[in-house]
Amino acid sequence: MATTFLLNGTSTTLDVDPKMPLLWAIREVARLHGTKFGCGMAMCGACTVHVDGQAVRSCVMPLSSVANRQVTTIEGLKSKQAKAVQAAWIDLQVPQCGYCQSGQIMSATALLEKNAAPSDADIDGAMSGNICRCATYPRIRAAIHAAATAAKA
Amino acid sequence: MSNSPVLPTLPARREFLKGAGAAVTALTIGFEWAGSTRRAVALAGAANTAPPFAPNAFVRIGADNSVTIISKHIEMGQGSYTGLATVLAEELDADWAQVRVESAPADATRYANLAFGKIQGTGGSSAIANSWPQLRDAGAKARAMLLSAAASEWHVPVAELTVEKSVIYHAPSKRQASFGSLVKKAAALPVPDTVQLKDAKDFKLIGHQAARVDVAAKCDGSALFTIDVEMPGMLVALLKRPPLFGATVKSFDGAATAKVEGVVKVVQVPHGVAVIAKSFWAAKLGRDALTVEWDDSKAEKRSSAAMMEEYRRLADQPALPARKQGDAKKAIGEATRKISASFEFPYLAHAPMEPLDAVVKLDAKSCEIWAGDQFQTIDQMNAAQTAGLTPAQVSIHTLYAGGSFGRRANTVSDYIVEAVSIAKAYGADGTPIKLQWTREDDIRGGLYRPMYFHKFEAGLNAQNELTGWHHVIVGQSIMAGTIFAAGMKDGIDPTSVEGAANIAYGIPNIAVDLSTTKAGVPVLWWRVVGSSHTTFAVEAFIDEVAHAAGADPFAFRRKLLEHEPRMKAVLELAAEKAGWNSGPLPKGKGRGIAVCEAFKSLVAQVAEVSVDEGGRIKVDRVVCAVDCGTAVNPDIIKSQMEGGIGFGLGAALYGAVTLKDGRIEQGNFNDYRVLRMNEAPKVEVYIVPSTENPTGVGEPGVAPIGPAVANAVFAATGKRVYVFPFSKSDVRS
Repeated sequence: MATTFLLNGTSTTLDVDPKMPLLWAIREVARLHGTKFGCGMAMCGACTVHVDGQAVRSCVMPLSSVANRQVTTIEGLKSKQAKAVQAAWIDLQVPQCGYCQSGQIMSATALLEKNAAPSDADIDGAMSGNICRCATYPRIRAAIHAAATAAKA
Repeated sequence: MSNSPVLPTLPARREFLKGAGAAVTALTIGFEWAGSTRRAVALAGAANTAPPFAPNAFVRIGADNSVTIISKHIEMGQGSYTGLATVLAEELDADWAQVRVESAPADATRYANLAFGKIQGTGGSSAIANSWPQLRDAGAKARAMLLSAAASEWHVPVAELTVEKSVIYHAPSKRQASFGSLVKKAAALPVPDTVQLKDAKDFKLIGHQAARVDVAAKCDGSALFTIDVEMPGMLVALLKRPPLFGATVKSFDGAATAKVEGVVKVVQVPHGVAVIAKSFWAAKLGRDALTVEWDDSKAEKRSSAAMMEEYRRLADQPALPARKQGDAKKAIGEATRKISASFEFPYLAHAPMEPLDAVVKLDAKSCEIWAGDQFQTIDQMNAAQTAGLTPAQVSIHTLYAGGSFGRRANTVSDYIVEAVSIAKAYGADGTPIKLQWTREDDIRGGLYRPMYFHKFEAGLNAQNELTGWHHVIVGQSIMAGTIFAAGMKDGIDPTSVEGAANIAYGIPNIAVDLSTTKAGVPVLWWRVVGSSHTTFAVEAFIDEVAHAAGADPFAFRRKLLEHEPRMKAVLELAAEKAGWNSGPLPKGKGRGIAVCEAFKSLVAQVAEVSVDEGGRIKVDRVVCAVDCGTAVNPDIIKSQMEGGIGFGLGAALYGAVTLKDGRIEQGNFNDYRVLRMNEAPKVEVYIVPSTENPTGVGEPGVAPIGPAVANAVFAATGKRVYVFPFSKSDVRS
């Protein structure tokens, strides 16, 4: 059964098991590899994408649940906030191994799109679902603050 | 390298292909060192033309001015690509903007880790340390040859030339030439025997903040990890492994699996039963449907709690001496005051963010592997043995690894051998197969940091001086039975006692004993290896001794380090920057300090913690001082300290893999907890200025954080922590 949705702004139809998690549909069927597999049970956030602007864990969302909805992956980020986040990530040299960073950037972007000036507590709230085993957390926090400032300018 | 089609779907993938040598255009005339002939050999671009004798094959300069630096070490987050490139580019005077890095093929002849002997691999925080003279020499010789080429072209003396950012200048005649324009001429020149290396004061890249070469691709999803490798006809395999270590397949029923759409084949391999499918999801559903009966007659069936009981008993039995200085027993016997304590450390999983994975393309004559490979030539050997090929028939493409923390550096090459076994059982017909582990496979898959028990006795004399120190360590050996066993001496595995046998404190009588246990649980080095437990034990216990002596924990340590100037200096720097003597913190808060030497780097940390009424520990701030010799890239050093602190803190607070009747009780990040954003402290890092040779930074930052926090908890609550993780101790004041 095919599922049709908007993937990074393009109408996309994937003819696979509608119960397949969105993560694997994105990675192996739509062949966008920026979204990563980390835990398979929404515990680590490596698979974070936006569905209708909300940060969600794609590893536990069946493909069928995004029918006719807008899905954005790291490859499709376009907003001013997203660009500010990515620029701050580079400026502050956030990534180490880098594997979780697509998910971190997706969560940070969703936060800034809703909250132009997040506090540390807001950052804790939005980002604690994204694990980084390299523990780049201090730089992630600093980069979100920097991106918030840059996006406002 | 081959032209195997890793599909370039993104710009960075094309870059990767280029970097991997598969698509280097004919325009790129490179040159590469052919050491034994003392000649540089011109390469007409393409891959696979490396001369067979090239021990210094670390740089290639293109006619397009690109400077490609070949990394013999994996990039797994520690910044090795950038650091190694910085060292070579510094001596070359290369334009950093033109520098790119590609990974070396598996080849112990040219790319051995000089700290390991004849093995190519990364570990022990040795990448920069072992490469430092090698890459400086390679860069300086390349520069000398380019200068000679320019001098002969312009008929001027070399002494009149200068180099800046990949451009050679002759000021008197106002001429200039790019490296790229001189490549052909330079390639024809002999490699100089010796070259003058730069004076540290002339460094332009070393000690400055060059941006990491891998960061941009890691911010837009384009960085290529093993999980991202895709090839036409590629299949995905998941392996069902035994629930107990040491169990084997008795029989299996794959009927339900075969019915899952997308499943291609179910095969038995030595390590379990593999489901090979057209996609991860099909392989996962297929594996879920699989029924396997296991033979667990030889399996480890104990519980970790029972094993710890045994370790506790063993600590009172005779053990092997790892260090004997003076007479500790006598000194403690004659002491005015005796202090004793014991500490328990659990098994720990590495849990890198990218679960283990490898892509294997095997046929009758060759085996090609793509992996975040940390032990290239060991994996090459094990893959060859598994496939029935020679090591030369096995090629390895080392990709970015989504973390490792030691997990991918194992002498049994577990995940590589599994992948090769599966490809072999599938038919060895050249079909690329990606073996993907899940998080549960990872947490339950073994090769853990060993469980340990530590027991101490110490004696203070009437002047409150520490006169005797007796330390007993009980636990499994990492090296025994592996190819690294040769590194053991008199039955002592150095990785069990490092950080303990070599304590720097000036104590007149020291005894450190080791009791090595055996268990069916496979173990491995875990970031900072022995010091992941020894530093905790030593630094928590010395704190207790300081308290018994009525001394300030910082002042007590400093006095014992009078003859260790570098260690004393990092301790003082951390204390000063943390405001150690700035007065007490409010109620419920405390400061703790710890210091260590690990892999020849010295690290001191001061932690400030808050403990609430429920005993919940929150680390508010960590001040870290590090002396790692010459700071090649200060920002990467800082990032490694920040990361090491977070990694070590997560383990100290929450980390434990436990067994119940042989079964691992944890399976994912819900029950194998790691540090998260809301638990991450503020971290400040200070680097001791130094012109000593550089030493490692990937691991040492992990060691002191646990004891610094435990000592801070004591300062806040009066409660000591003796059992890891802290979440198992009641620290309510």
